[in-house]
Amino acid sequence: MAGLIFWRKKKEDKAQDVEPAVIPVIETTLDQPDIEPEVHDSVIETEVIAESVIVTETVLEAVQLPKRKFSGGIKSLFSRIKFDVENLNDLEDVLIQADFGVDAAESIVAQIKSRAKASGAKTEGELKQILTDLLTESFTREDIALKLDSGVQPYVILVVGVNGAGKTTTIGKLANWLVQGGAKVTLGAADTFRAAAVEQLATWATRSNSEIVKPTTEGQEPASVAYEAVEKAIANGSDIAIIDTAGRLQNKQGLMDELAKVRRVIEKQTPISEVLLVLDATTGQNALAQAKAFAEVAQVTGIVLTKLDGTAKGGIVYAIQDQLNLPIKLVGVGEGIDDFAFFDAEEFAQGLVG
Amino acid sequence: MFGNLSDRLVETFKNLRSKGKLSAADIDATLREIRRALLEADVALEVVKNFIAAVRERALGDEVSKALNPAQQVVQIVNEELVQILGGEQKRISFAKNPPTVIMLAGLQGSGKTTLAGKLAKWLKDQGQTPILVACDLQRPNAVNQLQILGESVGVPVFAPEAGNGSGNPVTVAKDAIKHAKQKQFSVVIVDTAGRLGIDEELMKQAKDIRDATDPDEVLFVIDSMIGQDAVNVAKAFEDGVGITGVVVTKLDGDARGGAALSVAQVTGKPIVFASTGEALDAFEPFYPDRMASRILDMGDILTLIEQAQKSFDEEQAMEMAEKLAKDNFTLEDFMDQMQQLKKMGSIKNMLAMMPGAGKLRSQLDNIDEKEIDRTEAIIRSMTPKERKDPKILNGSRRLRIARGSGMTVTDVNSLVNRFEQAAKMMKTMAKGGNPGLPGMPQGLPAFGGAGSQANKNKKAKPKKGGKSGNPAKRAAEAAGISIESQGDSGSGSAFGLK
Repeated sequence: MAGLIFWRKKKEDKAQDVEPAVIPVIETTLDQPDIEPEVHDSVIETEVIAESVIVTETVLEAVQLPKRKFSGGIKSLFSRIKFDVENLNDLEDVLIQADFGVDAAESIVAQIKSRAKASGAKTEGELKQILTDLLTESFTREDIALKLDSGVQPYVILVVGVNGAGKTTTIGKLANWLVQGGAKVTLGAADTFRAAAVEQLATWATRSNSEIVKPTTEGQEPASVAYEAVEKAIANGSDIAIIDTAGRLQNKQGLMDELAKVRRVIEKQTPISEVLLVLDATTGQNALAQAKAFAEVAQVTGIVLTKLDGTAKGGIVYAIQDQLNLPIKLVGVGEGIDDFAFFDAEEFAQGLVG
Repeated sequence: MFGNLSDRLVETFKNLRSKGKLSAADIDATLREIRRALLEADVALEVVKNFIAAVRERALGDEVSKALNPAQQVVQIVNEELVQILGGEQKRISFAKNPPTVIMLAGLQGSGKTTLAGKLAKWLKDQGQTPILVACDLQRPNAVNQLQILGESVGVPVFAPEAGNGSGNPVTVAKDAIKHAKQKQFSVVIVDTAGRLGIDEELMKQAKDIRDATDPDEVLFVIDSMIGQDAVNVAKAFEDGVGITGVVVTKLDGDARGGAALSVAQVTGKPIVFASTGEALDAFEPFYPDRMASRILDMGDILTLIEQAQKSFDEEQAMEMAEKLAKDNFTLEDFMDQMQQLKKMGSIKNMLAMMPGAGKLRSQLDNIDEKEIDRTEAIIRSMTPKERKDPKILNGSRRLRIARGSGMTVTDVNSLVNRFEQAAKMMKTMAKGGNPGLPGMPQGLPAFGGAGSQANKNKKAKPKKGGKSGNPAKRAAEAAGISIESQGDSGSGSAFGLK
């Protein structure tokens, strides 16, 4: 599943001819049929209220992005231990080493034990299947696709996270991907704090053929840069605006307040479609604290798990999904501009269990 | 969330207190909690296992069974072992006999190398060295640029012949930099390198080549304090790939417990040299193993707290206060004085967070309004001297005037006066009971009534971890002594650790 799509307005000149053809487009590209009618309805509604024009102009077309490889980078948990009924307790250790955390590891092992007992599973293959199923189930959610379907454009994506998680790189990759899919993208360099962060984003803008809005004065208020970026995205007819923010540790209240302000200021112009929290897969148990704090302040809608190409497994996302109900939407699996994909529960689980 | 280690151990030890002696089963129960605490702090599993085994062996030995309070003895052992792995005592950078001293930085992407390079340069410069920064991260977009900006802001030259962004050969840059430094007689060369994954052989080889080309005196491995179990793999990869001489832990101003520091120290056997504690370029300090141990165990940074208290509280004033209390003429003016003393100690939140067992209070700590103290001050300042001396004369119209003058409501004024009366009563009782503990502290804290009103703001005076005075061991002993006195009859909370 999970090819990404975003929905954009058909160009006006084509609109009239296209209407009948649109329904098949939706059917072939939208993977989650249950949200389909909703999407369509809400779009019509907003358009009618906004312009009270004929319905044909509200037609959206789905934009499909190029497919990316996902699981290549993930290393199996089981390179060292043998997995059988006797040493199921060792599984707990393995999960702990993958940063699942003590509680999650205990609970997963307990679930596997009870499932194995119920099904009489004994062989390594059977047990692995149980684990794969269990992980797939817990990571599978309906809301893992980017929610870019309201038709109210530009879609604004706000990217947040702690220092060094990979926000700017993530934005570069995402922008490149969207542009390849035919979208017009404007980046907002609202990380006005870190030395050369603006230039780093500008380099990515060039690489990905995106527009960029930079601060006009040094150390400009991040919220004002974000505002200007969205303003420009609206003016230049961008499909998507992506706003970079400075890395901040979640226990710094002042900086978290600043983030809340960036959010508020953007929403004065247009609703924010996605707030993506970038998490480094090497992060340990603190990732939970990060997710909690950012979810509260910035109303995070999804997680980007970066640096999955290393030896880290990012097991803490299990606890994050479990406790905070936040979907993982994207993963970074390498340093190349194309090393980026949609999160896929099954592939992730299979990659881990190996 | 789960309680922190302190709380859990207090729970575990509750039953032990009457027994006075620990059985093997008691010790195992204790060690299970410690194991969990270490894992939750992201200490690597294999390190935890070895560690627990070592502690268990000592705990079963004589020193525990003969101890007066065996439970605390176990914690003491845990603490000692932690400190030992973390490096025992501080390690200093070794400078080359023939300058320039070459310091190479290596680490994962996003661990904070470039920022650290700037901080290190500033720190060295402040010590009278003449450092030069070398931009060998030609990978990450604008890393070179970032280093140049940092160099400029700390007033240290940057050697950056290549613009980076994927072009140029970092090994050549490194070689040329050494030549340049010798020519221009710089005393220290700090080489910033590209972040790399432990498993990226190509980049690891590049780091090795840079090392061979520069023959560094120190190869500092920079690691993020938030890293999880993978820390061991990464540390091993860097130790095998580049060979490191020391470790720098970054982002310690976050709330991660930083167990990775322990893993890395254990796995590589290399000392942790520096701690990086914030975004400002001077947020950089030598690493204190004892404090890190407390942080990992979530035991609170009691040493820092006591140091801070000693620094801020004027002993004479405290005596005076005690006298006043005894004579029952404690006034609102004194109340304000006390508040200002507390303010000197820094943020109340930070201060409380450093106390053992504070983990439990964390949610309440979040509710503390740091501005409350300012408001209280405003109200008191709006009173006449006479009113401050004798709050009993505060009738309705006076209260209204004060409320207007301070921009508060009459209710606020009323509640302050109530709180003051309660506090004065409480302090009188305490003063009579006699509590010669930590000067100022025991009398000071209750003066604020409920947690909601314990507040203060003065971010500049924020407690720093690196207080610089005195001999740590001696201070620890003193601190322990003081705790026994001041907490002696207070019971539960002080049941473990430093008592």
